[in-house]
Amino acid sequence: MLKKEDKIFKNLYNEFGWEIENSIKRDDWKDTKNIISKGRDWIISEIKTSELRGRGGAGFSTGLKWSFAPKEVGSRPHYLVINADESEPGTCKDRDILRFEPQKLIEGCLIAGFAVNAHVCYIYIRGEYFNEGRRLQIAIDQAYEKGYLGKNACSSGWDFDIHIHFGAGAYICGEETALLESIEGNKGQPRLKPPFPALVGLYGCPTIVNNVETIAVVPTILRRGGKWFASIGKPKNTGTKIFCISGNVNSPCNVEEEMGIPLKELIEKHAGGVIGGWDNLQAVIPGGSSMPLLSKKICDTITMDFDALIENKSGLGTAGIVVINKDQDIISCMARIARFYKHESCGQCTPCREGVGWMWRILDRVEKRKATFSDIELLSDVTKQIEGHTICAFGEGSAWPVQGLIRHFRKEIESRCREEPLIKKKTNNPYLVDQHLLENKNA
Amino acid sequence: MSLKKVHVEQPKEFKFSSENLRKAEEILKKYPEKNKKSAVMPFLYLAQRQNNNWIPLAAMKYIANFLSMPYISVYEVATFYTMYNLAPVGKHFIQVCTTTPCLIRGADKIVKLCKEKISPNENELSKAGNCSWMEVECLGACVSAPMIQINDDYYEDLDEKSAKDILDSLIKDKPLKPGSYRGRTNTSPEKKQNINGENHA
Repeated sequence: MLKKEDKIFKNLYNEFGWEIENSIKRDDWKDTKNIISKGRDWIISEIKTSELRGRGGAGFSTGLKWSFAPKEVGSRPHYLVINADESEPGTCKDRDILRFEPQKLIEGCLIAGFAVNAHVCYIYIRGEYFNEGRRLQIAIDQAYEKGYLGKNACSSGWDFDIHIHFGAGAYICGEETALLESIEGNKGQPRLKPPFPALVGLYGCPTIVNNVETIAVVPTILRRGGKWFASIGKPKNTGTKIFCISGNVNSPCNVEEEMGIPLKELIEKHAGGVIGGWDNLQAVIPGGSSMPLLSKKICDTITMDFDALIENKSGLGTAGIVVINKDQDIISCMARIARFYKHESCGQCTPCREGVGWMWRILDRVEKRKATFSDIELLSDVTKQIEGHTICAFGEGSAWPVQGLIRHFRKEIESRCREEPLIKKKTNNPYLVDQHLLENKNA
Repeated sequence: MSLKKVHVEQPKEFKFSSENLRKAEEILKKYPEKNKKSAVMPFLYLAQRQNNNWIPLAAMKYIANFLSMPYISVYEVATFYTMYNLAPVGKHFIQVCTTTPCLIRGADKIVKLCKEKISPNENELSKAGNCSWMEVECLGACVSAPMIQINDDYYEDLDEKSAKDILDSLIKDKPLKPGSYRGRTNTSPEKKQNINGENHA
């Protein structure tokens, strides 16, 4: 369990005040000038030592990502972009950082901006977080007043400006290239990679995109040393992480814990246990809705870190833990997630645009006990056709949860299917036509 | 990708108010001069706030002129993002999160209440004409589920009773305060054990 003195986000619940004076008391902006004076190579190597992995979902090494930015600034300026478009169902950690620990983020932006040669930073906040964005703007203004931002920011000799850009309700803009498109004033549809944003990003310039939590832990890591951060958690899965525990638990909450904490301990110690007791647990979505769910048997022993979850064919994602107990209909829970993806697909790639609706309709039929056994194979096949055949990871994000459902709850699905289809016409329709669609005017 | 209908009755003209013109100039300073197209999203928000929370086509044309970009590109952006309302909504615009984390804490009961108290269908004005509601996807406050957003504010930790009180207060035009309705400090764990979830909707 994480020691109190090792907590990075001491004001996660706003018990001590978010204003700049209060955050300075919590050691924000301490020695920032000194840290920057040690130079970019030191900063990047220290972050590499800490083995910090991105907190936005993919878990890519942050130090490595920063090192991809060109060493010298050429004809094009560099940009730093912060991804605060937190929309993954089950996740609400960045919101608390924006509201209650904004100075950690702002200080992190300055240091990261310096490390990747950027003078301008855009923070992309989802539009629904209007109040959080307004709070962050006040915090940024306070930092300007203190001289921590602007020309010669924090007396470091580095000029640095931060601007907020609001999204407008598109989940896909959490994908880094869609986010850049959105800042450029286009609809948020992801770009083909390569080229990666580190070389061709915002306005065609080298751009580093990082999650809020990743950047907000950077100042503390540099103050206390990369080795300190690496000593918490497990090898390659180091440091602390904010877990969001929602769903059927007695006291849902956000909590900062060390990486690699057992899931059961996390739920029982911090979230008051599963409603109806641990034996009433049906499944857990461990990392936001894109990550396949885990059956109770796995939940008994699993630890919450990137590698342990990958071994169990899931992932840490954003660490948004959704607990589902036996009082819930697991099929309708997952059908609702499929509906979410159907709503949020940007429509650029055909497998995703068509496939997500297809998955939702099949799951909806299963929920209503109108599906046939062959639908299960079809469903499984649709997920395989989406996975790996789209420009961005939305395809995987929508297909994996359904695959997880089939993997762990196949019996439950089968128990609701029937031998013969309700509608039996034109059985020799081409494979790609969803036959039930033909009968349903509203589909 | 959202499916949105453009309102039938459209005003002929739209112009930023002088205050919004000043704000627009401030927004343009954020972006490089040759990339002023970036301002299209903040401009659409300005127009929406100026025009009772919905964007008429005239505003899109105005913004297109303002930023020297094709009208259709502004239209493309306005129709892609769900938070731009292209038809009038109630003065109290209620968005009910119904994605799984809220659903398993009882969001469907709040939807039912909205149907009873506000209007039988989504995106319709209530009888008194001051409220409208819609189902939305995850609003990013999952540990405070179920929750709703009314205009800019989050109402969290709801149950059937508190949701009913909030909706009634809106109908009477005297909205209750946003925040947690179980009286907890933000997203902290509650000390009190609520027995088998009796305390949520």
